Amino acid sequence: MTIISNLIKGAVVASAICVSSAAFAQTPSDVLIVGQIAEPKSLDPGTVTAVNDFRILMNMYDGLVRYKNGSLEIEPSLATSWSINEDGTEYTFELRNDVKFHDGTDFDAADVKFNFDRMLDENHPYHNTGPFPLSFFFSAIETVEAVDADTVKFKLKNPYAPFLSNLAYPTGLIVSPEAVEKQGIEFGRNPVGTGAFKFAQWESNAKVVLVRNEHYWEGAPALEAVVFRPITDANTRVAEMLSGGLDIMVEVAPDSVAQFQGSGYNLLEQAGPHLWFLILNTKEGPFADKRVRQAVNYAIDKKTLVEQVLQGTAQVASGPTPPAFSWAYNESLQPYPYDPAKAKQLLKEAGQENATLTFYVTEGGSGMLDPISMGTAIQADLAKVGLKVKIETYEWNTFLGKVNPGLEGKADMAEMAWMTNDPDTLPFLALRTEAWPDKGGFNSGYYSNLEVDKLLDAARKSTDQAERAKLYKEMQVIVQDDAPWAFIANWKQNAATTDSVKGFNLQPSFLMLFKDVSKQ
Amino acid sequence: MYLYLVKRVLALVPVLLGLTTIVFFIMAMIPGDPATAILGSYATPENVEKLNRDLGLDRPLYEQYFIWLSNILQGDFGRSYSLNREVLDEVLERYLATLILAGTSLVICSLLGVLVGIWTAANQYGWSDKILTFVVLIGISIPSFWLGLLLIMGLAVTLKILPASGMYAIYGGGDLWDLLQHLAMPAFTLAIVATGVIARLTRSAMLEVLRQDYIRTARAKGVGENAIIYKHAFKVALVSVIPIIGIQAGFVLGGAVYVETVFQWPGVGRMLVNAISTRDILLVQGAVVVVAASYVLFNLLADVAQHLIDPRIKP
Repeated sequence: MTIISNLIKGAVVASAICVSSAAFAQTPSDVLIVGQIAEPKSLDPGTVTAVNDFRILMNMYDGLVRYKNGSLEIEPSLATSWSINEDGTEYTFELRNDVKFHDGTDFDAADVKFNFDRMLDENHPYHNTGPFPLSFFFSAIETVEAVDADTVKFKLKNPYAPFLSNLAYPTGLIVSPEAVEKQGIEFGRNPVGTGAFKFAQWESNAKVVLVRNEHYWEGAPALEAVVFRPITDANTRVAEMLSGGLDIMVEVAPDSVAQFQGSGYNLLEQAGPHLWFLILNTKEGPFADKRVRQAVNYAIDKKTLVEQVLQGTAQVASGPTPPAFSWAYNESLQPYPYDPAKAKQLLKEAGQENATLTFYVTEGGSGMLDPISMGTAIQADLAKVGLKVKIETYEWNTFLGKVNPGLEGKADMAEMAWMTNDPDTLPFLALRTEAWPDKGGFNSGYYSNLEVDKLLDAARKSTDQAERAKLYKEMQVIVQDDAPWAFIANWKQNAATTDSVKGFNLQPSFLMLFKDVSKQ
Repeated sequence: MYLYLVKRVLALVPVLLGLTTIVFFIMAMIPGDPATAILGSYATPENVEKLNRDLGLDRPLYEQYFIWLSNILQGDFGRSYSLNREVLDEVLERYLATLILAGTSLVICSLLGVLVGIWTAANQYGWSDKILTFVVLIGISIPSFWLGLLLIMGLAVTLKILPASGMYAIYGGGDLWDLLQHLAMPAFTLAIVATGVIARLTRSAMLEVLRQDYIRTARAKGVGENAIIYKHAFKVALVSVIPIIGIQAGFVLGGAVYVETVFQWPGVGRMLVNAISTRDILLVQGAVVVVAASYVLFNLLADVAQHLIDPRIKP
């Protein structure tokens, strides 16, 4: 025993000496090193779709408008003010006249026009610098007109209320036209924007380095540089953080959260506009009956899922709209309680006490949290009320290829998760009758309620936020009762930082801003 | 000999052609497509169709294949849509990283494996043989990704004497010493299984040779034991050890995928896995061409080396 305890003592002393001499792991005091989950695809905002890439872009570019710190409400950015015409089809923006791109060129209204034309007009000379997969965010735009150097006017084909929040989305960030003309298809690797940091270096699979923009229109940031490191393996990311190679890491897996709750680290959490749900096939089979759909909502123990499987990294969802959209979220909505007895009773009434269900589960994908464990836990919950669930597991792309065209003839339910930037997006794309898969939408469970359709159409047309809020709140009550989905969880984004990082907070948009961050 | 080399290198052409054809059509057959991978949950049929058109993936499959083939014959490997970069630039850069990692571990496993093999054969059934054989067995059985994580926990997180991941320091560094520090753990992890295999096979090859009559004759003549082992026996055993090392070179390259993932080594294996999951067919094809070509060349090198050591073996 004494030998072993001496060995342990020796090891402790040795490691203490090594800790104090670990010079190579230290990062410079005004350089922030951020652990990302993947290599960015491109740094051209029009061409990318992943939050991972957006997190870099938001620090290099500005949009016309942006989200207020800590919320999903809109505030001015490159535009100082805007006006909307009576029927909501014309948006006129007044622009800042003191902004320069990192390449030294002035920012003006013609640049805004260039940006949106490049994305939307297939005949634009630089449309070939795409493809622009999320350009449909702006498909409502008919024309963009540079009225004068500081005024730009968007004409929309029809009233489209999410327009402003789409402009705040990273797809709406403004790039330097001159740089696009110079770099062509290579712009994504040599990006030029107007943001707080400018691009310095991209070493494939190792790092993207941004440096301070001394002339930033809102004042130069405190940090000298921000380095984004792609570390795809979750365990390695944690190890790198613990060994001092990172100042901030995003998306700490549930199993690793405890490591960062002690001293030396800060763990930040922020519920985002995310919903994890089950699509139920309302067209055929047991879920054609509303009572069976409600029964499933009662039978799943969401609290245990969130606390045990997801280990507190999410909260129980109550309906189709995440609470992060605070202005549009119906506070009076309560989640379906866990009530197996009620579920059994509903199943009995519907005559579906021993129904067999096919359940599509994915191995993992954007925002899907821990889909296999979640799937099996749900299977077990449903077994308790007599439902036999047959799980079919697919790799993410295959899964999307099966779910997006609709569940008809294939499955009764499927896992799904969405992160959106406006309360319009998810219900409009996935709950309307006009959004059935054959019409190009994501309503893979064929839910149809004319009242909901009407509310969503009206909410999209109105430019009055209070009016929109009222319509969304009404929609949530109906949808929760109709239960076209089983509403499970809203993910809380998390990040760990070392104690030396000051002024960092998470955003409900799931983006990260380093303008006001410093290291001490 | 030269004619033989030319023949072998030319034989690469049908191998690569066949391989890329098979890979191309397998990639086309697996469900999911690049547009869906890029669009994620925004992949409506309408958006997918438009993006496929933009990417040139709406043409018939055979047409896509012939376009790819004719481009590649002109040295144009195309542009990766998941990385927005020239395929050849990416593949060569990543392949170099893999070669550094796999090459270092091949050196480690060859040296260690051969030494342990010789030692255990020379001391057959002795204590050292038993202990080393046991250690070798453990080495063969350990899953490399697990060993990698343990090493990171021990040496990077707890002791903080080696960096946890990557190929160069993120800030500063970039010199040989920096590279060696980053290389140590992944190279050792990758070498451990191959070391075990080489040690075991070297041991049995040596034992076989040590039973030969001429060894007994040498002993009878009073040749020293060291000279017998290293001069008389090992030279002969080497002929059967070389092809094993050649085969292990292939295994090391293949095993690099796990190790590259655990240590975030920017190698070609990890790139290939990502390329498959994003259905980035051009990148997959480019990597397959380079990796397959080098695999064939390594085998060729092993054959040539064998011939040089023992001229009786006709390549």
